[in-house]
Amino acid sequence: MSMNVIETSSLDKRYGRTWALRECTLAIPVGYVAALVGPNGAGKTTLLNLAVGLTVPTAGGVTVLGGRPAGSMAALDGIAFVAQDTPLYRNLSAADLLHLTRNLNRHFDQYYAETRLGELGIPLNRKAGRLSGGQQAQLALTLALARRPRLLVLDEPVAMLDPVARHDFMASVLTAAAADGVSVVLSSHVLAELERVAGYLILLSRGRVQVAGQVEDLLATHRLLTGPAAEAGRYAGRPVVHARRVEAQARLLVRATAGDPVPPGWQAHPVGLEELALAYLREPGAAALPGPARGRDAHTSEVTK
Amino acid sequence: MTALTVPARPRHDTGLRPVPWRRMAWVTWRQHRIALAGVAALLGAVVVWVWIAGLQLHHAYAAATACNPASPACADLITTFNFTNNFLVNGYTLQLVPALIGAFAGTPVLARELETGTFRYTWTQGFGRWRWTLAKLVLLAAAVTAAAAALSVLFSWYYQPYFNPGNQPLNLSEASPFAAGLFDLRGVAFAAWTLAAFSIGALAGMLIRRVVPAMAATLAAYAGLALVAGNVLRQHYMTPMLTTTLNLPGSAWIMNQWWTKGGEFAFAGRPPEYLLEQLCPAPAVGPLGKPSHETLAQCLSQHGYTQWTSYQPVSRFWPFQWIEGGWLLALSVLLIAATVWLVCRRAA
Repeated sequence: MSMNVIETSSLDKRYGRTWALRECTLAIPVGYVAALVGPNGAGKTTLLNLAVGLTVPTAGGVTVLGGRPAGSMAALDGIAFVAQDTPLYRNLSAADLLHLTRNLNRHFDQYYAETRLGELGIPLNRKAGRLSGGQQAQLALTLALARRPRLLVLDEPVAMLDPVARHDFMASVLTAAAADGVSVVLSSHVLAELERVAGYLILLSRGRVQVAGQVEDLLATHRLLTGPAAEAGRYAGRPVVHARRVEAQARLLVRATAGDPVPPGWQAHPVGLEELALAYLREPGAAALPGPARGRDAHTSEVTK
Repeated sequence: MTALTVPARPRHDTGLRPVPWRRMAWVTWRQHRIALAGVAALLGAVVVWVWIAGLQLHHAYAAATACNPASPACADLITTFNFTNNFLVNGYTLQLVPALIGAFAGTPVLARELETGTFRYTWTQGFGRWRWTLAKLVLLAAAVTAAAAALSVLFSWYYQPYFNPGNQPLNLSEASPFAAGLFDLRGVAFAAWTLAAFSIGALAGMLIRRVVPAMAATLAAYAGLALVAGNVLRQHYMTPMLTTTLNLPGSAWIMNQWWTKGGEFAFAGRPPEYLLEQLCPAPAVGPLGKPSHETLAQCLSQHGYTQWTSYQPVSRFWPFQWIEGGWLLALSVLLIAATVWLVCRRAA
């Protein structure tokens, strides 16, 4: 399968005089839990709103689920979206919300939804406004999953949750993704969660795509080099994404594979996803993008400090 | 944490049929039953109030018309009728009903979604956002319009005594069916105004996006439209008729009155004093010491003056009702269409 669950081409979105997205081109393949990462104001929510049709682009196009125009009935039929802060009708009970969602969609698995809420201990007759934050998030997720979506879009799903609720929520998402083959696109600025969850990473910065790719590939093509700080300026082996000094030691995140030679005096380590994301977030000028036009080589940044 | 899985999704997406419209009936009912109950309570209170007041009014009217006009007791009964339910006489109090329905039933439909953020849930469901908006607005509009239509039957009954052409000679209050506060409480106009108020509310909610300010805007817009319609537009629905007769029935809606002599314009409104002194120096003195309008008019016409009156006859009541109902319906359709269009293109 080569379908893309979200595909954008030269997507621009402007709010008044502020550009939320500039020339955003990306293709998120089917079958991943894709994490959309970036600092506040990077355009994460805007990109997701565009994908679910809540916003129209200023220029460029968005299609979902293999070419369906975002926001069209065919697109909405296959996408379930849980917005930031999981807005629910607070005065409706969980049972009413199930019934409501069932009425508003072609597919709704009532049995699945009721069983799932039962397992989670969420009483059907309780009003949504009286549930805890974690329960509200789980209820919103249940409503979304019972629609049997092919793509689940989550905007900052765990931002408001405590660590336990956050863990449970992510476990539910992973179960859906792994067992049911639901593609997931979620935005988050909680980097620590991603390591466990994400199979695909999109890093947005100031409205532009900075990094996009399979996590496996990204981790395989980046190495963390440690060596004497004095030598840091002279390293010229592979493109450096980000350099940092810890006392006398220099830590360079470079674009290199396990087979690349390591200069004498330096040590190469595999890099974690959180560290990789952090390095790119600290270097908004650096980019790692797929596709022949930009190539596999990073645009290197100055070695700072 | 859970072994529960989503069953495989059926793969017959090609001939995608939309979610049936009828599903919105339950959705609308479930989400707006409190607002609809509020409207029902408001209308119910108005019904009871107008019903009781109407019984009093009809009773007073029956007493005043049955008595012997010469007796002093009858004068009291006539006064009693004329002062019964003063607060309802001009009809302005009841104009509040469409305004309140517009503000409390129309405004929150979209404003509450936008204010609480739930539109992000609703507008991303498979039903489709324009269909959701259209279905909801049409269902609620139909409900409040039907309720208003039923209420206007009660209002027609209530005001019936005032429209009797025999009232004036008996010194009983008589009103023109065209009177500003009464015309739009009866016939199809009341239902049409309620529909318009609801549509104004829905659009205001979409534009302002917050419930309370949108309610205030709805009340203001409704009041402005009602004033303009009553004082400016309504008289132009049909070209007024012209007459030179001196005694028009009280039911006619008089637009203008002026006098001519020898085919040329003489004056408009009240005759100037010098003319009266010159032509009618010793007029018959009326009951209040001043000559009545009729006496003066007769005197002037004897001297070759002609009184012209442009007016709308009472026979045009129903054509006027349909014209007003028609343009209000068209306006409401336009407002609802604009609301749906805004929902479709709104940037979240």
